[in-house]
Amino acid sequence: MRTEAPATPLELVARSIRPSSTTVHAWLLLLPAMTLLALFTHWPALATFIDSFFSTPRPKRGATFVGLENYRQIVDDPIFWQALTNNLLFAIGTIPVSIGLALLMAVWVNDRIAGRTLVRMAYFTPTVLPMIAVANIWLFFYTPQYGLLAQLLSAFGGASYNWLGSKDTALLCVTIVAVWKEAGFFMIFYLAALQQIAPSLGEAAVLEGASRWYFFRRVQFPLLMPTTLFVLINAVINAFRTVDHIIVMTRGGPDNATSLLLFRIYELGFAFWDTSAAAALTMVLLTGLGAIALAQYIFLERRIHYR
Amino acid sequence: MRAAAYMIVTSGRQDLAHGEEPLAEVELRSVSKRWGEDRAVGPAVDHVSFSVREATLAALLGPSGCGKSTTLRLVAGLETVTSGSILIGGRDVTSVPPARRKVSMVFQSYALFPHLSVAENIVFGLKVRGLPSPERAQRLHRAADLLGLAKLLDRKPSQLSGGQQQRVALGRAIVAEAPVCLMDEPLSNLDAQLRVEMRREIRALQQRLGMTMLYVTHDQLEAMTMADQVLLMRQGSIEQDGPPCELYDRPASVFTARFIGTPPMNVVPATALGPLWQGLARAAPPGHGRDALSIGVRAELARLDSCGVEAKVLAIEYLGADTLIDTRIGEVPFVVRMPGRPRLVSGQNVAIAWDVSATHWFDAHTGRRIA
Repeated sequence: MRTEAPATPLELVARSIRPSSTTVHAWLLLLPAMTLLALFTHWPALATFIDSFFSTPRPKRGATFVGLENYRQIVDDPIFWQALTNNLLFAIGTIPVSIGLALLMAVWVNDRIAGRTLVRMAYFTPTVLPMIAVANIWLFFYTPQYGLLAQLLSAFGGASYNWLGSKDTALLCVTIVAVWKEAGFFMIFYLAALQQIAPSLGEAAVLEGASRWYFFRRVQFPLLMPTTLFVLINAVINAFRTVDHIIVMTRGGPDNATSLLLFRIYELGFAFWDTSAAAALTMVLLTGLGAIALAQYIFLERRIHYR
Repeated sequence: MRAAAYMIVTSGRQDLAHGEEPLAEVELRSVSKRWGEDRAVGPAVDHVSFSVREATLAALLGPSGCGKSTTLRLVAGLETVTSGSILIGGRDVTSVPPARRKVSMVFQSYALFPHLSVAENIVFGLKVRGLPSPERAQRLHRAADLLGLAKLLDRKPSQLSGGQQQRVALGRAIVAEAPVCLMDEPLSNLDAQLRVEMRREIRALQQRLGMTMLYVTHDQLEAMTMADQVLLMRQGSIEQDGPPCELYDRPASVFTARFIGTPPMNVVPATALGPLWQGLARAAPPGHGRDALSIGVRAELARLDSCGVEAKVLAIEYLGADTLIDTRIGEVPFVVRMPGRPRLVSGQNVAIAWDVSATHWFDAHTGRRIA
């Protein structure tokens, strides 16, 4: 180590201003990621927020500041209310069922059963497949006359039914697809968490005479609560950002029966080119999701045992 | 403390009164356990038979992988036997589910439920069995007093030290008031000092409550100090079964001789003894040639004696009360334990001798004791 003369106060200030070579390197290394993040995440988010207060620019008339006009239009739009209702029904239909199924499958696969690896893989397949492909497969299931469901029904003497073409069943149909897709994905998280639970806990419970159900209710389920919170937040977010299989299967129809919020945003922005309305609706959706996530943390955090 | 212990004993005895036979005897009859169908891999437990009398502590001792933990898990019912039968209190429990075998168990990792408080952990099993709440509280407080956990009942396991967690695990085992308690290396996660303390405590508890205890350990010191009966296992079989002093004084094989005791017993081929052989030969078991014999001597029964066999001092370990002198007789290692602090230096030549009465005779090929 070389010895240095004690620095004067002026030198110290100069040193702190002049960037050392390590600082420059650090910023250079951060630059690519920061650029991409700013360009494709931060700026669009900010721009959306700003655009939601302006009118949609048209060829003859630029964007003008309209304040909360876009938001007022949303409130007046009956299709928004229908999309919101649809989305709430969709959430209520998908979240508890997919989480429940995921938990059930994970507990089952976690126990020693024959062909466990195969079953695990089978459960995870829906997550690996692209949603567009999956939606096409399901489209075939639901097709009237020659679809899988129709063929099964006709084998038992049932009449053919247009599942996706009817206002009464279309939403249920897309809900089932979402459940099928989500459950396998959430199962992986539950399975990982279950494997963290020491096998000796199960053995201790067995020695004490606890039934499988008692052990699940009193030990496994409470120990899985951190995972449940994580999965729940993800499930809520996923329920409100579903769009791909709606586009492939129903395009929001019939008569907006399967129009969900993100699909409505897509429709407003890229079908009607009313980008300001889409921006405002995006802000509404984001605020809502943020509020729900926060509420979940606040209410569930207290009941959770973290290891 | 004494009064509380007495109460548990009496209530334990009430449980015993149900059957005609004592509930607490454990017997294994030719029990084997094989993992999978592969014949190339030897069985984990191979025709093991032993019996543990009521209210005694039996230690299942052996090096890692010898099958001692598997044996314990077979008794608990956590594994199923491949062949043979297990009897608890004279009742064949070979195909009885774990919960109905009337055994409690302490796991090596304690297996405490991390999200439950100490109190909830201790009464977990009582709640499962649907014991009325006042009775639960009564048993909880008796156990907590006995184990010094009374002030910790509301804590979570993660807020306890290793020793305290160990006590909670013990508490869960004793509130069950099962006549048989199984312990799977319960002290191996504790530091050395705490281990000595808990060793005494578990032994005292076992005697006070009159439990039959099957205790798995790889630490021969633990087995020697705590057990009424030591079951030394090796490669899935019982190598020797007897009280600690018998294993020390009359080891049935070279393996036992070298596993029990620190330092291990010296075992030297009879051919390496030089002039010392003349004195020992008359006591040698008949029918065995000199080259078919191995001779065992405890370190503390050997002495430095000018008319003994020549050896070279390799190292000197001073322990305070006595000193271990690490030597070589030719190529064979030999340790002599001497009181005090002998004036020796490494590299020095010494002569070692011992009495005929201190000699253990082993078959050099099979390693078994002769006579």
